[in-house]
Amino acid sequence: MSAFPSMATLWLIQARYQFRTFARSKVGMFFTLGLPTVMLVLFNALFGGGTVDTASGSWSVQQFYTGGLAAFTAVSATYTNLVNVVPVRRDEGILKRWRSTPVPLGVYLGGWVSSALAMALLGVLLQLTIGVVFYDLSIELAKVPAMIITFAVGVTAFAMLGLAFAGVVPDADSAPAAANATILPLAFVSDVFIPLDDPPRWLEVVGDIFPLKPFVNAFQDTLNPTVTGSGFDTSALIYVALWGVVGALLARRTFRWEPSVGGSGRRSRRRHSSSAD
Amino acid sequence: MTTLGSVTVMPAIEVRNLVKEYGEHRAVDSVSFEIASGEVYGLLGHNGAGKSTTVEILEGHRSRTSGSLSVLGMDPASAGREFRDRIGIVLQSSAVERELTVRESLDVYGSCYSSPRPADEVIAMVGLEEKANARIGSLSGGQRRRLDLALGIIGDPEVLFLDEPTTGFDPVARRQSWELVERLCAGGMTVLLTTHYLDEAEHLADRVGVLVGGRLVTEGTPEQLMAMSPTTTVSFDLPSGIEISALRLPETAERVGHSVRIETEHPTALLADLTSSAVALGVELPGLTVRRPSLEDVFLAIGNEDDR
Repeated sequence: MSAFPSMATLWLIQARYQFRTFARSKVGMFFTLGLPTVMLVLFNALFGGGTVDTASGSWSVQQFYTGGLAAFTAVSATYTNLVNVVPVRRDEGILKRWRSTPVPLGVYLGGWVSSALAMALLGVLLQLTIGVVFYDLSIELAKVPAMIITFAVGVTAFAMLGLAFAGVVPDADSAPAAANATILPLAFVSDVFIPLDDPPRWLEVVGDIFPLKPFVNAFQDTLNPTVTGSGFDTSALIYVALWGVVGALLARRTFRWEPSVGGSGRRSRRRHSSSAD
Repeated sequence: MTTLGSVTVMPAIEVRNLVKEYGEHRAVDSVSFEIASGEVYGLLGHNGAGKSTTVEILEGHRSRTSGSLSVLGMDPASAGREFRDRIGIVLQSSAVERELTVRESLDVYGSCYSSPRPADEVIAMVGLEEKANARIGSLSGGQRRRLDLALGIIGDPEVLFLDEPTTGFDPVARRQSWELVERLCAGGMTVLLTTHYLDEAEHLADRVGVLVGGRLVTEGTPEQLMAMSPTTTVSFDLPSGIEISALRLPETAERVGHSVRIETEHPTALLADLTSSAVALGVELPGLTVRRPSLEDVFLAIGNEDDR
């Protein structure tokens, strides 16, 4: 009997096919790459040429929006994507199918998460390219390492949080609502769509508690000309990473390979009535 | 264990006093059976009889309450990668990533196994050559079911679990699916098939176990099971102008609309009486049919007994 392929080979194969699956999903691609691009164009058309005032000083709107929307794209490709797709694959029995094969489940999930990270990278590069080509975005070479590290910490943390939250989403039907209800309101208080200039105290607190604003601000810092030095916001990165660790620990507890028996969604009811035996 | 001459053959699947309880409910109640290597075993029962629960425990997808199990010498509850490498599962209602093509799905699922079959060979076996590069989302229901079979055998399994392989098929698709399963079985694979179609078990299985209310009530070859119900059914349409009393029939004759149906253990004598009286009257008996007992009759008889 021949041996199993190596873990690295299996991981790569999974990542490649998962990426292909993602790239061919029209809805997924629209929300991950299309929508942030539309918003980047819109916000620049509406507010282009203006400035935003943040703690470090006054800087141009296009630097602010490109940074914010690039970070948001990264979160869409990881957190939003996983919260949307995991419950669908669970309800449709795709997760069960994989669990029937000899692939180590960590490799399956690892490949899947890797494909989301790759898509996030593609999304961020797309936003930055549009920024540079159309909106005079300037990228300081000295801050590129901070940009890369901030990206890596952020996408990993949001992928873990996505896996964790997907585990408590009851079924496929409620997944899109669950994903958007958690991330969209948060985006409004996290400097993605609007720079919050002197917001109500409680909104500021909400923004500070959840990891989106620290991540967005840390990423924007790497494009903010008024921030001097390497552009690393170490305390924000540690905070986001801690959320990621909590997400990973929770995901280990919440992740389910099969629909819950009491699932209330249409899809899961269908499944149970057809396999009532 | 079965002894063949001086050789003792280890069964591929051995189930002893298997019990699965959900709270107060016993879904599987002290079920025991053995499946020899290379045998096609049909687990027959209505919905809720415990078929799928039994199979899911054997696949390692469900835990059991008690009893002992061995599949290829391993306990599915604790077996890991090695076990899943040697079994194939055709799941009842699991989707496949619809964005992939048929060939891509076989490539990526096949990549998990230690010695997968070549994707093209499997595609040819299930007759999906023309759809090899089509997205799974564009396949018809029947084509998807063939893909399910293809994914079940891509790892070249020694034991294949087929959970209701033709549920929801039209008669032509069922025929085709049976032929396909027969071709696959010819390779010497051990197959555990669940079905609530009696003709399916009769057609495909070497041996059949009948599950009623979580208990294995009887077991045997389809022929042995049919021999348990010795009745033959004779039926015909009553010719116009002829009263049923004009024909020589036993009292057990049932009239349903224009047709007459008689169950008998002595079909030869019954037919002699019936046809001679019809000939004497100078009438033809339209739709005269003699039907041997089917597994369905056996199944219904057993099910009814159990309900009492």
